[in-house]
Amino acid sequence: MNKNKIIELKNITMEYDGEQILKGINLDIHDKEFVTLLGPSGCGKTTTLRIVGGFITPDSGDVFFGGKRVNDVPPYKRPVNTVFQKYALFPHLNVYENVAFGLRLKKVSEPEISRRVGEMLELVDLKGYDKRGVNQLSGGQQQRIAIARALINNPKVLLLDEPLGALDLKLRKEMQIELKKIQQRMEITFIYVTHDQEEALTMSDTVVVMKDGTIQQIGTPQDIYNEPVNSFVADFIGESNILPGIMHRDRLVEFAGNNFECVDGGFDPMEPVDVVIRPEDIKLTPASDDALNGVVENVTFKGVHYEIIVKAYSDTWMIHSTKAPNVGEVVGITLTPEDIHIMKKSEVKKVNYFKSDLTEGSDIEQKI
Amino acid sequence: MSKKSKYAAVPYLVWMVIFILVPLILIGVFAFTTTVQVDSEGNVLTTEEYDTYVADLIAEYDEIGEDYDINELLENDDITEKTVFTLAHILEVSKYSSVLINSAWLALIATAICLVIAYPLAYMISRMRESRQKLALMLVMLPMWMNFLLRTYAWMTLLEKNGLINKLFGLIGLGPFEMINTQGAVVLGMIYNYLPFMILPLYSVMTKIDSRTIEAAQDLGANGIQVLGRVIIPLSMPGVATGITQVFVPSISTFIISRMLGGGTNMLIGDLIDLQFLGNAYNPSLGAAISLVLMVFIILCMSITNQLDNEDMEGVLM
Ligand SMILES: Nc1ncnc2c1ncn2[C@@H]1O[C@H](COP(=O)(O)OP(=O)(O)OP(=O)(O)O)[C@@H](O)[C@H]1O
Ligand SMILES: [Mg+2]
Repeated sequence: MNKNKIIELKNITMEYDGEQILKGINLDIHDKEFVTLLGPSGCGKTTTLRIVGGFITPDSGDVFFGGKRVNDVPPYKRPVNTVFQKYALFPHLNVYENVAFGLRLKKVSEPEISRRVGEMLELVDLKGYDKRGVNQLSGGQQQRIAIARALINNPKVLLLDEPLGALDLKLRKEMQIELKKIQQRMEITFIYVTHDQEEALTMSDTVVVMKDGTIQQIGTPQDIYNEPVNSFVADFIGESNILPGIMHRDRLVEFAGNNFECVDGGFDPMEPVDVVIRPEDIKLTPASDDALNGVVENVTFKGVHYEIIVKAYSDTWMIHSTKAPNVGEVVGITLTPEDIHIMKKSEVKKVNYFKSDLTEGSDIEQKI
Repeated sequence: MSKKSKYAAVPYLVWMVIFILVPLILIGVFAFTTTVQVDSEGNVLTTEEYDTYVADLIAEYDEIGEDYDINELLENDDITEKTVFTLAHILEVSKYSSVLINSAWLALIATAICLVIAYPLAYMISRMRESRQKLALMLVMLPMWMNFLLRTYAWMTLLEKNGLINKLFGLIGLGPFEMINTQGAVVLGMIYNYLPFMILPLYSVMTKIDSRTIEAAQDLGANGIQVLGRVIIPLSMPGVATGITQVFVPSISTFIISRMLGGGTNMLIGDLIDLQFLGNAYNPSLGAAISLVLMVFIILCMSITNQLDNEDMEGVLM
C-alpha cells in the first residue's frame, strides 16, 4: 500500500435537527487503499461518505483532497464518484444511457462511449441489457448498473455505500471478489460502507469501526479482529463472550468465580474490566474439578461448526466447536491465557453485546 | 377484473353518457343539420323559392278577401319541413378563422408565460421542507378559493384608467396607461386565473424526483445547468404536458375574461360561441359548428403536446 494521503478528514462534526451525528471524525485515507467504514445502522457512515462526496458540508472540521481544503468544492468538481446506497439510477434513461451519463458530460466521442459502456456492462455481467429501462431490472441488476455508472469515469476515489446490499449471498460473494479485483487492477481508492463485518474483513486493507458518530478503531482486518480496543469492537467484529471481571494484578484476572492467568497488564489493582473471549477459542473438555464446569443448554448446527450455549457459574457462554455435546451434559470450559482479552470498561455506557446474563438463543439478534 | 369493480364503474358510465356523450351528440346534430322545405314532389325549395311561395299564397287569399290564418294555411299545404345533413355551418366557420387564430395566439402566450413562472416556482416548492411545502401550496391555491368572476372583476378595477395601478403610477409621475380593454389585459387575466393549474401538476411530478437522482448527476460531473437539462426537465415532462393542457384549453375557450378585461374589442372564439347561443346573433347551428371546430383544434394541439412528452420519456416503464 502506498503511503500517500489522498483524503484527510479533520475533526469533522455534523448536526441534524440538534442531534450530533458525527462527533469529531479524524480519518486519513491513502492512495490505492481499500478502506471500509463499518458500524451499526445509523452510526453516521453514509453521512461521512456524503461529506467526502461533497453533498453536505460539515458543521465544523475540514476535508482535504491531496492536501487541498475542499470543504466548499461542489460534488461535480471532485475527483470522486459514488455508488449510492439506493442506486439512484436515472429513471428516464435506459441502461446504456445511465452508464454513459458521465462520459456524455465530458463530451467523449460516440464510438469511445460505446466501447467503454460495452466494457463496463461486461464487467458487471449485464451485457445485452443496453436498451432495458432501469425500472425493468431487479434490485441486484440495478446495483450493478450503479457500480458500472460510477466506475466508467475512472475516478481516483470511489465511494461505495453498501453496494452489495440487495444481492443474494452467492452473487454478493462473487461481486466482493470482482470489486476487489477492479480496485486492484484500476488502482483506485475505495471507501466502502457496510454493516456486514465479514464483508469488511475479507475485502479491506483498513477497517474503520464506527459507533454513534465516533470512530472506535482504525486498523487492518487482523488488528481489528485480534486486538479489538474495546468490547464494542470485539463484539461487532465477530461474536464474543463478554464477561464482567476484576483485574487482581497484571496477568491475573478474576471472572466466572475463578482466577485466570492472562497476558494483559497495565490496569489498576482490583479494577473492574470487560473480559472478551472468542467462541472459537474456547475448548470443551470433560468436566473436572480443575476446569470451569457448565451445563450444555442448547446446540445449533451452523454449517462449519456447532454453536453451543453453556451455562456456567452465573454466565451464559457461546462456544463454537466441531463436535457437539448433548444438551444437559456437564462439560468443562478450558481457556489458555492467550484466549483471554482484557478491556477497560467502555466509558460508553450501553453496548448491545452478548451479555453474560442473556438467555439462550437471543445472541445474534442482540447485535446492531 | 372482479365483478365488484365492474359494477363500481356503472355510476361513472351513466354520468359520462348523460353529461358528456349526450351533449356531444346534440352539438353534432346542431352543427351538421338544417331544416329545409320540401314540396309534394319531394323537391327541396331554396329560401327564395319558399319566400315567393309564401308571398304568392298571401296575395292569393288577399285577392279573395277571405279571413285566414297564415300559419294554418302553411300547415295544411303540401310543403313539408325536413331536417337534412349539411356542411354549410362548418364551412361558415372559416369566416371566423381570424378569431380562432387570435384566441389560440393569446392562449399560447398565456400558457408560455405560465410555464416560465410556474416551473422554477414549482421546483422551489418541491425542494422545500415538507411543512413549508404545504403552506406554499396553500398560497398557490388561495386565489382559486375565490369566485372566478370576482377575481376577474378585481382585476378590472385594478387595471382601470382610474384604477389602483394607474394611481400608483401617477404618484411617481407616470401614466395613466391604457391597460384595461387590451389584449395584454386578457392575457394577464388568463395567466392569473390559470397559473395554479400549471403549478400543481409540475409540483406533483417534481416532488417525485428523488434528490439522490440529482446528487447522482452532480456526482457524475453535471453542473447546475446540466442537472436541469439532463435530469430535472426530462423527468418533469409529464407535468409540463399536463400543465400546458390545463392552461391552454380553458384559455383558448374563455369568454368571461375577454369580455371583462378585453372590453369586447378583442372577440375570442369563446365570445363568438357564447354569442350564438345566448347573444343577439342567435344561431345555435353556427355555435355548435364553431364548438366542434374548436374541439378538433384543441385535440390536435394536445396530441402534439403528448407527443413531446412521450419522446422525452422514452425508455421509461410506465
Ligand atoms: N438529512 C438528514 N436529516 C436529518 N437526520 C439525518 C439526515 N441524514 C441522516 N440523518 C441522521 O443521521 C444519522 C446517521 O445517518 P447515516 O445515514 O449516516 O447512517 P448510516 O450509518 O449510513 O446507517 P445505515 O447503515 O442504516 O445506512 C441517523 O440517525 C439519521 O437519522
Ligand atoms: Mg447508510
